[in-house]
Amino acid sequence: MGWLGPEELEALRLSLRVSFWATLVTLPFGVFTAYALARWRFPGRQVLNGLVHLPLILPPVVTGYLLLLTFGIQGPLGRALSEVGIVFAFRWTGAALAAGIMAFPLMVRAIRLSIEAVDPKLEQAGATLGASRIMVFATVTLPMILPGVIAGAILAFAKAMGEFGATITFVSNIPGQTQTLPSAVYAFLQVPGGEAAATRLVVISVVIALSALLASEFIARRVAARVAGS
Amino acid sequence: MSLSVRLRHDLPNIKLDLNFDAPSGVTVLFGRSGSGKTTVVNAVAGLLKPTSGRVAVDGWELFDTEKHLWLPPHKRRLGYVFQEGRLFPHLTVRQNLSYGRWFAPKGAPRENPDKVIEMLGIGHLLDRRPAGLSGGEKQRVAIGRALLASSRLILADEPLAALDDARKAEILPYFERLRDEVSVPILYVTHSAAEVARLATSVVALQDGKAVRHGPASEVLADPSVAPAGIRAVGAVLQVRVAKHHSDGLTELNAGGTSLFLPRIPHQIGDDLRIRIPAQEVILSNKRPEGLSALNMLEGTVDTIRAGEGPGAIVSVKTPAGSVLARITRRSVDALGLQPGQLCYAVIKTVALAPQNVGGRVISE
Repeated sequence: MGWLGPEELEALRLSLRVSFWATLVTLPFGVFTAYALARWRFPGRQVLNGLVHLPLILPPVVTGYLLLLTFGIQGPLGRALSEVGIVFAFRWTGAALAAGIMAFPLMVRAIRLSIEAVDPKLEQAGATLGASRIMVFATVTLPMILPGVIAGAILAFAKAMGEFGATITFVSNIPGQTQTLPSAVYAFLQVPGGEAAATRLVVISVVIALSALLASEFIARRVAARVAGS
Repeated sequence: MSLSVRLRHDLPNIKLDLNFDAPSGVTVLFGRSGSGKTTVVNAVAGLLKPTSGRVAVDGWELFDTEKHLWLPPHKRRLGYVFQEGRLFPHLTVRQNLSYGRWFAPKGAPRENPDKVIEMLGIGHLLDRRPAGLSGGEKQRVAIGRALLASSRLILADEPLAALDDARKAEILPYFERLRDEVSVPILYVTHSAAEVARLATSVVALQDGKAVRHGPASEVLADPSVAPAGIRAVGAVLQVRVAKHHSDGLTELNAGGTSLFLPRIPHQIGDDLRIRIPAQEVILSNKRPEGLSALNMLEGTVDTIRAGEGPGAIVSVKTPAGSVLARITRRSVDALGLQPGQLCYAVIKTVALAPQNVGGRVISE
């Protein structure tokens, strides 16, 4: 990567780290939320559905500002968490939080679709054979929705790589700390002569986004073939 | 073992209200579609919560609404053979078969997997996945999966209904072997009188959510007042023994001293079988008929005559072979002057005794 300047390399590394953790930490919540929305009937289900989708339809700046109000140093949750040593404000963890929240709806949508495609009768069959609810999920539902989970995770990763509005609003644009790939592109475009660096980062963004998409298609198709037993 | 079922449940169209105790062997819930059969099985399995009732296997309660006792499905230790198989598509046949074993309590009595695989003839399928199996093969694997789950009771909900006639003929003998070789009791749901005649140790005839008759298959099916699956399904069941295979393609059966002929069946000479004689295939005569092509003629006396609302009547005839039912018109009843106690002859076409009406040995009745 000799053709990248240190600042650009730093932004790339940070973005990969932020997206990786954002995806990994939100995945269990994503699967759980998708399962609840697909299978359970409970009061407030539509409200939950709306909340999950909120980051998709709100302006990212608004989401970022709400995060700042909640998890910022002065925010109620931010203050409580900082006392146990977890700080989001102006740290890469804050960027990961913003990216995770923004990617969450995409992840849930992909996983929910795959759960809805699993015939509940197969889960019933698992129960009659002695599997508890959790074991039915682990041995029947999860293996069958694996393609959807992988697709959802990679989609979320790609979305996290590209997150800009909420991140810059919540944790600003600090090189080495919160300056992710899109923030760096933005920063380079603000200074005279930054176009070359910005272009290099744009190319990297396009390559990563495209490879993520292709990889998700490829993996999902292979897993789907294995699950379908052909 | 005994299965004790007491249920009340309101379905959209009918009120289910029944109460029966089944002995060991195969208990068949027999009735037309919509009579509530599947609801009963699902309540036993724990997939549906009835309004009230109690179900116990060998005194072990699966639920009792009065005591607010409700075991979740996975704690009931039942093997459920579904109509559509419901094999796990992401697992191989071998993994499907051992699925229930993963969750069975340690030390629970279990069937020998090799014996079950051999009995069902699925040894060559073990490494395949369900998507590559035929309908009949899938259903055999589903039976094996239920059997190997260390079940205390096997439930089968119309396990043959989704199969064509050839596949039905392929699977039925496996259920017969199950009944005769495996000690696990079976609750079997069907609307097919032929399946009842072949499999049932005892029958619960279900009509509009009520158990209208309960007893051994030969008695319930020979009772003209019971037609839970419609008038076409009425027919008596006779106990017979294979006497001889003739060179012209016929098999001769001994039915209480009288000979019955039917197209060649694969059973051995000396085998005890049951044969179902559909009432609509039986012709009655008040004199000994002559010059008929039909080979099977049973002499007997009229027992009961039950006229329906339509033009037909069901006549029950006592013969040395057992009770035979005949479905004839009311006009014929009048023309022949049939009355209880009268001598008459029941004539049955050879080809009407189709092999699907013939079932294997029954050990306990």
